[in-house]
Amino acid sequence: MRTESKLEKVLAAGHLAVTSECGPPRGSMADKVIEKGKYLHGVVDAVNVTDNQTAMVRMSSFAASVLLKQQGHNPLLQMVTRDRNRLAMQADILGAYALGIDTMLCLSGDHTRFGDHPMAMNVHDIDSVQLIQMVKNMRDEGKFQGGAEIKNPPKMFIGAAANPFADPFELRVLRLAKKIAAGADFIQTQCIFNVDKFEQWMEGVRARGLHKQTYILAGVTPIKSVGAARYMKNKVPGMDVPQEIVDRMAAVPKEKQPEEGIAICIETIERLKKVEGVAGFHIMAIDWEEKVKEIVERAGLLPRPQV
Amino acid sequence: MITAERKPLEELMEYIKPFKRILLVGCNECVTVCAAGGRKEVGLLASGLHMAVLKSGATIEIREHTLERQCDPEYVEELVPMIDGVEAVMSMACGCGVQEIARRFKNKPVFPAVNTKFMGASERQGVWSERCQGCGDCLLGMTGGICPIARCAKQLMNGPCGGSTGGHCEIGDDTDCAWALIWERLKALGQIERYVEITPAKDWRPGGGSGPRKIIREDLAE
Amino acid sequence: MENFEPVIVAFCCHYCAYTAADMAGSQRLTYPANVKIIRVPCSGKVDALHLVKAFEKGADGVYVAGCLEGDCHFKNGNVRAARRVESVRKYLEEIGLEGERLEMVTMSAGMGYRFAQVATEMTEKIRKMGPSPIHLALAGGASEARQAANI
Repeated sequence: MRTESKLEKVLAAGHLAVTSECGPPRGSMADKVIEKGKYLHGVVDAVNVTDNQTAMVRMSSFAASVLLKQQGHNPLLQMVTRDRNRLAMQADILGAYALGIDTMLCLSGDHTRFGDHPMAMNVHDIDSVQLIQMVKNMRDEGKFQGGAEIKNPPKMFIGAAANPFADPFELRVLRLAKKIAAGADFIQTQCIFNVDKFEQWMEGVRARGLHKQTYILAGVTPIKSVGAARYMKNKVPGMDVPQEIVDRMAAVPKEKQPEEGIAICIETIERLKKVEGVAGFHIMAIDWEEKVKEIVERAGLLPRPQV
Repeated sequence: MITAERKPLEELMEYIKPFKRILLVGCNECVTVCAAGGRKEVGLLASGLHMAVLKSGATIEIREHTLERQCDPEYVEELVPMIDGVEAVMSMACGCGVQEIARRFKNKPVFPAVNTKFMGASERQGVWSERCQGCGDCLLGMTGGICPIARCAKQLMNGPCGGSTGGHCEIGDDTDCAWALIWERLKALGQIERYVEITPAKDWRPGGGSGPRKIIREDLAE
Repeated sequence: MENFEPVIVAFCCHYCAYTAADMAGSQRLTYPANVKIIRVPCSGKVDALHLVKAFEKGADGVYVAGCLEGDCHFKNGNVRAARRVESVRKYLEEIGLEGERLEMVTMSAGMGYRFAQVATEMTEKIRKMGPSPIHLALAGGASEARQAANI
């Protein structure tokens, strides 16, 4: 065991892990964070707390993580390299760990062009791979990125993202290998709708034995409507929504579409369970946290293991 | 080269409003090549400003002069005979040229007529793209001759982000994904192993992180 | 400006419009004397600077007359000229002049009638628009200068 992270314990014990996410509000409402968290109690092993998701200003991931921690959750602190330099990030990691946060996800972040501050400077002092490396060195070597020693080093269980659907496809396994070499203990993937392509990617992952060097949590998202399916298919860079999914959503009446989206999500999880190397699921129910429990339950992943 | 684009006439008109006689100075180097501040652009702007001033009911005398290189003191010296006859200078050079004039002529207001944009190359006639950010520690040798600092929207040094689609950057289809280009190059060169190596966090000091930069060549400096 | 007679400058390509002007003459077609013809080896030779300077010197209207599409003696000079005219029109707007004071037209060497027609239409259009503000300012300046000199 590298850390005290609940997520690490679940994964190390060989259980299929379940994580979900909670997007902090666009305002300083602690109650909103707590309310969203309520739906996830006893349902997931860790709650991802997004960091200025889609480059829109929100309550800080750090603060929302602390609020969730106070409610007994296991927050998974997301950190993007877009908004802060290495000093600020290390400072936050120390602070987060001091407040009981022991799991994090290292990302580069969506470009500011997509957000509500397109005029802002993108920092990118370091990239996501270098962030992973930095957090690992803080933990294992007890050293800041600048080389100085850390007193009581933060023991973070380190996560990274992988997008099997982005291009160039042949580079995607190598990119994962690089993140693992940098120190990624676990991986959360982009939402999987195209399971065939994901399986193809996993073949490459297994061929290099990467699934044995890290835990891969397969990302899934329940689609609320055919409109949302179309939007993700056409407008979100790096998303792969097959036409069959859009057609399937379009084939049912509007009021039945949310139900259909959840059914698709559960079927996807069932298919992914059979893929060798999948260590768990990351359920991204964007502004739909109340449905996570149903998905986890119907996918046969409840109750969550006590470790 | 350093690329630039002319500022809107409206902004330039504000600068010159208080003056009756100005000197418009072009530069024969980069800004000439990118058609922003060479002799021809000096002529066009002088003419445009003159007309805009006439239309506003005022008058102005605009003298035109284009220097061989505005970022070099010895060429800026050429302006000495002209400078007393004017109240202000407007420069069509990059920011370096503007500052050279400000340094040489302490009592003369100087205004930029162009926005200095980036270090780039000409893609085709009339199209220039950013290629270098002057990070001071070139890593092109590792990346197949394509710069991820200047050409990746997130300056990623270890591969493409999840937004790379069909060779394009997530910020838009008119921007190439630098890492897609790098990957193609490394494959063509048989250097795929270069990609696997992790590029460690960059030291930004040579890139300006430690303040304004300077080069001193002992063998040349006087 | 009463009895306003516009000053029109026409940059005419040697291979088409200039010959067309000749043709108009030999056909005894009349066109307004307002149009001052400048012969150029190709419409593509006309630089943005020439167009802008014409207005700066007081022209009320300017046009570039090049060959019909696909007929340029130098392959694509007329296409380039059209793009340049478009960009100078925007510049004129920025300066505060109406972009419509500048036009790009095409014709062949045999189109004497079209030459006369274009010259007439352009003159009439500009006459309706009135003098360019630059023309006015220059004329005003001149009268002030005359007053100052007690002429």
